[in-house]
Amino acid sequence: MGYVAVKGGTEAIHNASELAEFYRIKGDTTPIDIKQIRAQMRLAIDKVMGEGGIYAPEYAAIALKQAEGDVFEAAFILRAFRTTLQRNFYSEMINTREMFVKRKISSSFREIPGGQILGPTRDYTQRTLDTAKATETVNHIKEFLAEFDAKIDPEKLESISSFGKVIDILKNEGLLKPVDNNEDRRITDITREAIKFPAPRSARLQMMARAETGGLMALGYSSQRGFGSVHPTVGELRYGSIPVRVKDASGRTRYIGKIEVTECEMITGSKPGKKNTPPYFSIGYGLCFGHNETKVICMSTLDSAMRRPELGAPANDQEFVLYHTEGVEAMGFTNHLKLPHYVTFQSLLSNTRAAVERNKKANLEAESWAQLRLV
Amino acid sequence: MIENKKYINKYNFAFIDESTKKEIRRKLLKAVALPGHQVPYSSPEMPISRGWGTGGLHITLAIIGKEDIFKIIDQGSDASVNACNLREFIQLMTGVETTFDTAEATLVQTRHRITEEELTEKQIIVFQVPLPEPLRMVERYENKTLQMHAEADYSKMWVSLYESYVRYGAIMQGSGYPVMVNGRYIMSPSPIPRWDTPNLHQAKTLFLFGAGREKRLYAVPPYTDVEPLEFEDVNFEIEDFADAACYKTGFKKAFLDELYADDGSRKYVISDSNFLDKISENQETNQYNNQYIDQLEAYDLERG
Amino acid sequence: MTWNEDNWLLRVRNLTKIYGDPNDNTLALTGPAFNSNICPETDSIVACADISFDLYPGEVLGIVGESGSGKSTVVKMLYFDLEKTGGAAWLTPYQDGGVNILEESNQRKRYIRNNLMGMVYQNPRDGLNFGFSSGGNIAEKLIMSGNMHVGKIRERSSDLLNKTEVPIQRMDDRPGTFSGGMQQRVQISKAIANNPPLLFLDEVTTGLDVSVQAKVLDLIRELQNDLGIAMIVVSHDLSVIRMLTNRTLVMKNGRVVESGLTDQILQDPQHEYSQLLVSSLL
Repeated sequence: MGYVAVKGGTEAIHNASELAEFYRIKGDTTPIDIKQIRAQMRLAIDKVMGEGGIYAPEYAAIALKQAEGDVFEAAFILRAFRTTLQRNFYSEMINTREMFVKRKISSSFREIPGGQILGPTRDYTQRTLDTAKATETVNHIKEFLAEFDAKIDPEKLESISSFGKVIDILKNEGLLKPVDNNEDRRITDITREAIKFPAPRSARLQMMARAETGGLMALGYSSQRGFGSVHPTVGELRYGSIPVRVKDASGRTRYIGKIEVTECEMITGSKPGKKNTPPYFSIGYGLCFGHNETKVICMSTLDSAMRRPELGAPANDQEFVLYHTEGVEAMGFTNHLKLPHYVTFQSLLSNTRAAVERNKKANLEAESWAQLRLV
Repeated sequence: MIENKKYINKYNFAFIDESTKKEIRRKLLKAVALPGHQVPYSSPEMPISRGWGTGGLHITLAIIGKEDIFKIIDQGSDASVNACNLREFIQLMTGVETTFDTAEATLVQTRHRITEEELTEKQIIVFQVPLPEPLRMVERYENKTLQMHAEADYSKMWVSLYESYVRYGAIMQGSGYPVMVNGRYIMSPSPIPRWDTPNLHQAKTLFLFGAGREKRLYAVPPYTDVEPLEFEDVNFEIEDFADAACYKTGFKKAFLDELYADDGSRKYVISDSNFLDKISENQETNQYNNQYIDQLEAYDLERG
Repeated sequence: MTWNEDNWLLRVRNLTKIYGDPNDNTLALTGPAFNSNICPETDSIVACADISFDLYPGEVLGIVGESGSGKSTVVKMLYFDLEKTGGAAWLTPYQDGGVNILEESNQRKRYIRNNLMGMVYQNPRDGLNFGFSSGGNIAEKLIMSGNMHVGKIRERSSDLLNKTEVPIQRMDDRPGTFSGGMQQRVQISKAIANNPPLLFLDEVTTGLDVSVQAKVLDLIRELQNDLGIAMIVVSHDLSVIRMLTNRTLVMKNGRVVESGLTDQILQDPQHEYSQLLVSSLL
């Protein structure tokens, strides 16, 4: 007999919850320090903040710890937490030209203003499993940091400059597609209203900014493999910190802190225009919280792909891309299949049984007719 | 850190902030003014998974008051695990009294069933809805279904019902049978069994529907026409439990759940847990009745 | 079929469709005299311009011309598949012919399409839903015009399939499994399912085998005789026009170059383009 037949539902779920907590901490090890997660699991935190839609590294660390490392679950926790917070301001528009750049590359040109800055990346390492990490000690860390520090020559630190963008090169040459007067340029807020389709670009970009990385990756990948391809080249990829400002009650602009973001501007082909119009370039845009290059690369590819619905592949279909990469909704609904559905199933059973009966009767009748004729 | 009060969680009454509650209530009023029409709303995230009742939760939390007596069921049962989780959450966030007794409740939240006992003008019932769009099975795109509703262009839906009849000898829609509300909108009554569908018609109660993941609210006000889609000669039918009876009470005239024991044998039991309790204890009940139940001859006797 | 001038079924005046951004000279710089639909100043395309005619009850009107003549565009605008750029049309059974149907709301246009018109496309995929059975496709038309009795719907569908010589055993099969000719016949059944006063036929035999063409044309002629439906037949093939129509409009580069009784045009074409067409008739 299942749990429904008795009134023990509440007890059962409390026990299940306790059991989950047991699984989290059995093994009797030292509790993980939130500071350690923040310091040593930077990319997990960035992913969770990006999908939770809230920039709060400490809370992201807590969520990861609470969820035993399940990134979907942690992002969900953050989203739910965000709902409880009061919305005090909308920020002033962020200008990524002001970015304190930590990493900046372009695939479109060999040399770019300010140079190709590789920054912190594992792109050019070999992914061999490093078992030495199993026996890392505090001293190892101290030694490494001291050596690293010694390599920095304070005199070589030039004054921080911000860099022009690669796409400015294309813009100045007149190679970029002029903005279409018909494009829907409303600024919407997806957390305040349900979006209808076709959605304005602001809504599409917002939805992708907090979409699940894996979902975006699958669809971006499909586009590159030829399913509605827009032939992308990375114009510029940047990672760094940017200042955030708001207007206070008196109308004065105030700096409230900085956040880290990753940004990608993807150069793609544009829809063929009228006869005699040249094949201008178009820019796909991607931006997300923290350091997540896969996400912005795919986001910018899909931004361009969704502007070409006539190509007909899933990556070009707004409704397909935006509905199904929304991680919290997708995880919720797929998992909801675990909920009891026995009443709905009973309904279906009733119909199916009746239909099978009808079919049996019809076959019997046909047989007896056939037999009658033989007589 | 975002707040000064580090790590202290203080929640508003009913969890949702007041301006969001206002938005939900305004959208509900619009829904009541247009019976069966889906109204988009902001649908903020909740600490409950999408697809697990956030829409029903939004409505309940937006309209619940301190004096309310709250009941929540899933598949008809108060004891169902998800209902237990939601009951705890709502109780924690509002402090209201909760009950299993259908007659005592002022506000009922439900997943996939209407109560066996008839609800009155003084009660409200809130449905958790997975897929609010009844036309989704014939049209996958949202902007097309929006247009179909706007123009009352329901031909594709009707043809799919015709095709179902032609192929299988009956309209094969199990639960969540599509209905025409107030003669204007086709609506999904959420995955309630056909047994419950006729109880929406000209009912005394306000029915509110919330689809959180899909971000839509809709409503059927009291004394509204709600008609299951049928042809002149192919009619809507409810489930037939002619050969079954509740093994605990012998009662036949209710929606029954099928149970399988360890030895493989099959039993039936009344699905609505509170109704089962009342029948078991010979208490008075006020059950819905409708023409479809009256028509089933097997229910000449209330007990088998 | 009556010739009383006021007894028209469909009246069309100055029907025009232009793609792109025309200027004041666009119409003057395009047409058969220039052998072009494209405005040299703006690059806009004049698909058709200033098309006017009357259609009488039970009459069959042909529109003939080569690709790019605009003949299909005319019919597509009257069936609301395309938005007009200019012009008006009135249909007697709708509001006594007092309202310009091209300016009606989407809902009313659907009402007119479902109840007063039928359309058979060149490509069956445009007129049929391949996700439904062929009976289901006919049912769709009947349901949309208010028939809600399955038994009667099926009776009428079998009737129509009989009339169009589609085997009734295939009624519950999907059109994807049918031959081209049979798909066209299902389309025709669907189009006449609720006895519309007006039927459009847009290149319905183009692309079919010659023998199948002949059968379909025979069928159409029979149906017209039996049911007395007014028809507009669009074709680039004069022999189809000759076989089916009473009157004809000859179109070139979006304009009507000649109109009159089909017999007269075939015997004594006036415009040089009509002469060209007639002389190449096999």
